[in-house]
Amino acid sequence: MGRGILLSGAADIDFMVHGVFSYELFGQTLWITTTHVCLLIVMLVIMGFCIAAGRCMKKASEVPGVFQNIVELIVEMLDGMSGSVMGKYSVKFRNYIGTIFIFIFLSNISGLFGLRPPTADYGVTFALGIITFVLIHYNQFKYQKVRGVIQGLCDPWPIWAPINIIGELAVPISLSLRLFANVLSGVVMMALIYGLLSKIAIIWPAALHVYFDLFSGAIQTYVFCMLTMTYITNACTTE
Amino acid sequence: MEFNTNFILGCSAIGAGLAVIAGIGPGIGQGIAAGHAAAAVGRNPGAKSDVTSTMLLGQAVAETTGLYGLLIAMLLLFVKPLMP
Repeated sequence: MGRGILLSGAADIDFMVHGVFSYELFGQTLWITTTHVCLLIVMLVIMGFCIAAGRCMKKASEVPGVFQNIVELIVEMLDGMSGSVMGKYSVKFRNYIGTIFIFIFLSNISGLFGLRPPTADYGVTFALGIITFVLIHYNQFKYQKVRGVIQGLCDPWPIWAPINIIGELAVPISLSLRLFANVLSGVVMMALIYGLLSKIAIIWPAALHVYFDLFSGAIQTYVFCMLTMTYITNACTTE
Repeated sequence: MEFNTNFILGCSAIGAGLAVIAGIGPGIGQGIAAGHAAAAVGRNPGAKSDVTSTMLLGQAVAETTGLYGLLIAMLLLFVKPLMP
């Protein structure tokens, strides 16, 4: 950090992304960063849980055991969430919504386990925003046809088309920046507390972890999924 | 004109402070949303969970503009785009 944060003399404040390992590809130096490592850990946890869930559901019983109950609860919650917003379109999209919900939620709360949350890297959230953007426009062209899309762009009058196009392009950027900035602010705040108040940060930062990691992470996950579902439903409906 | 790096650092810090003023707007907006939600729960206590989830969603969306200011402040302080 060079001169340290705000010249306070604390040299161990650290919340940036660090390179772990560099390699050359097509003449460019690329880095495997801490984000990739944390992402890999989160993915391994999700995959392990999913494999265990699949094994459990293969020999599912009429009276569910503890683990089967938990899996059914999660799936029912996610299906209910997408069903309440998307209505009849939810059948096709609930896999995607459930996947990003679990992924973003685990990424956001991974700060509790000492990782740097992968969603505090703009590369990750922007990729999620781009996926949503592609889904919105694919479905818009599929359901409303080219004519409907052009009519939607020239909404009040054709002269408003540039503003509408800018509005469409702003959707993935605002979606991804919202998630990124929320998680990043939590990471920075916790790093400042542990770095600047390291002598008296004994037990009470746990309360802040509950707010910044659990509460804020859960809310932002919910918001990301809700907005994704709303945009896709808007793109699917034809007037 | 040649500027000292310390001068640029100081100006970046002032700019970061000014950018965080963007937090006023979301603060007012979230307060209004929470107040109306409290009134709604008072009028219809049965709908408490629906009102709460709607309020949280609206507040999280309203927060975005404040977060943009925060991002600008972070960029000015830590990425230092103005440094030569």
